[in-house]
Amino acid sequence: MVVVGASAAGVAVVETLRREGFDGPISLIGAELELPYDRPPLSKRMLSGQWTAERTVLRPRATVEGWNTDLRLATRAVRVDAAARRVILDDGDELAYGDLVIATGVRPRLLPGLPQVPGVHVLRTLADAVALRDALTDGPRLVVVGAGFLGAEAAAVACELGADVTLVSDLEAPLADVLGPELAGMLLDEHGRRGVRVETGVRADEVLVADGRASGVRLVDGRILPADEILVAIGAVPETGWLDGSGVPVGNGVFCDATCSAAPGVWAAGDVASWEHPGLGERIRLEHRTNAGEQGMAVARNLLAARAGRPATPFAPVPYVWSDQYDLTIQIYGRPRPGDALRIVEGSTAERSLVALHGRDGRVRAATGINRPRQTRAARALVARAAPWETGSAPEHGEREGVPA
Amino acid sequence: MRITIDEDRCCAAGQCVLAAPDVFDQRDDDGIVILLDADPGPDQHAAVRDAAAACPAAAIMVEE
Ligand SMILES: Cc1cc2nc3c(=O)[nH]c(=O)nc-3n(C[C@H](O)[C@H](O)[C@H](O)COP(=O)(O)OP(=O)(O)OC[C@H]3O[C@@H](n4cnc5c(N)ncnc54)[C@H](O)[C@@H]3O)c2cc1C
Ligand code: SF4
Repeated sequence: MVVVGASAAGVAVVETLRREGFDGPISLIGAELELPYDRPPLSKRMLSGQWTAERTVLRPRATVEGWNTDLRLATRAVRVDAAARRVILDDGDELAYGDLVIATGVRPRLLPGLPQVPGVHVLRTLADAVALRDALTDGPRLVVVGAGFLGAEAAAVACELGADVTLVSDLEAPLADVLGPELAGMLLDEHGRRGVRVETGVRADEVLVADGRASGVRLVDGRILPADEILVAIGAVPETGWLDGSGVPVGNGVFCDATCSAAPGVWAAGDVASWEHPGLGERIRLEHRTNAGEQGMAVARNLLAARAGRPATPFAPVPYVWSDQYDLTIQIYGRPRPGDALRIVEGSTAERSLVALHGRDGRVRAATGINRPRQTRAARALVARAAPWETGSAPEHGEREGVPA
Repeated sequence: MRITIDEDRCCAAGQCVLAAPDVFDQRDDDGIVILLDADPGPDQHAAVRDAAAACPAAAIMVEE
């Protein structure tokens, strides 16, 4: 058994395989140097300096060792021969597999022609977070290009650390495509109130360089934002290049069926996996931390079922993502889309605490909570069963959370 | 089974409550995990292990 990618999804696969009693050999291949660590803190308490790097480990070393795997860190899989069922590593080693799990995640998308000079940052790895944190120590001018979860979180932390922050959003407000105009507007106000300048409805064109380091960002409208440090946070692309020519189907991610299988004996989990979500009736790929864990568990169980000749189970989670910005905790169940109807069912934007439902095609499709974790979780049930939009504004009496639709 | 939680890591996701509602709950104000039963019976063990694995903050530790 070979698992490629030693992060949230890969760890969940291995942990579940062992927990389900699989005691055969497992090779866990990870390109990074560190023991598996967690990424969400990298734009939150690790970036702010409240946490040290050690705090981000996913599992204590003893637990990792207890899995008894052939763990190869700082090692990259460079090729797969799916017909011969072999993985080729960058040190020349070849590993035969019965089952291969692809958990290689995503890497940051870059601006075209982005210069590789000091002062230009992305934020995906522990090393990225350390570099950005170190760059924020003496109140620099920081331009954050991209106001998705990552950019908005980093802007919030940088601002709290005393940086002079400009956040560039190609939408009318940070996360407007996910949250809708009303809630994104609240977020826009919050960033403004804290002292972050937000340039909305405009894209960055180019990173400017002077004396060998980043000096600013030119926007497509010609304006120039001077900067000492620049964070490019414009999304991510699946790490599938090493699968080219392998016979494993890839497009926007590894293309899997509803059970997360991509080819005989090949599975994918986490940010890299695109699969047919049976409940939603469409192919999706999620870059969410909880999904990496849940999908890793599902793949491990399906893989063992297939080996035992039992049917695999379709993977049909309720997507969940959260984001911390300043003292706001934003939690989203389901998949909101631009143009969804929005109804605030508890609290209000003025209170900075609320639960809102997103409706589409007459059904509740998603729920967003701000600073109301418990109540937001209760609204998850409405998303899970796609409650009717008109009547389904409150959990039904006695409804138990977590029961799938 | 012995469960410990690290409140400082918890990010109020509530995945633990979904997996094992008899063992975990969340505080009303900030959603931080509450351990209802640090030593649950065998009928809860599978659910607790699911909760620990599903927790996106690695905030739940389980010892046999
Ligand atoms: C800064 C930051 C903040 C985030 N915050 C949140 C949040 O608040 N909430 C949320 O829900 N999600 C958040 N996320 C997303 C979450 O971290 C991801 O969904 C999660 O890490 C996905 O796990 P994964 O194992 O699928 O992929 P990754 O974590 O990307 O891991 C893939 C691993 O595979 C390795 N790899 C790649 N190619 C190869 C190869 N060829 N051979 C060997 N190894 C390889 C990589 O080096 C990496 O270690 C955040 C992400 C970042 C970067
Ligand atoms: S799943 Fe983890 S992070 Fe979420 S509430 Fe439970 S302990 Fe906290």
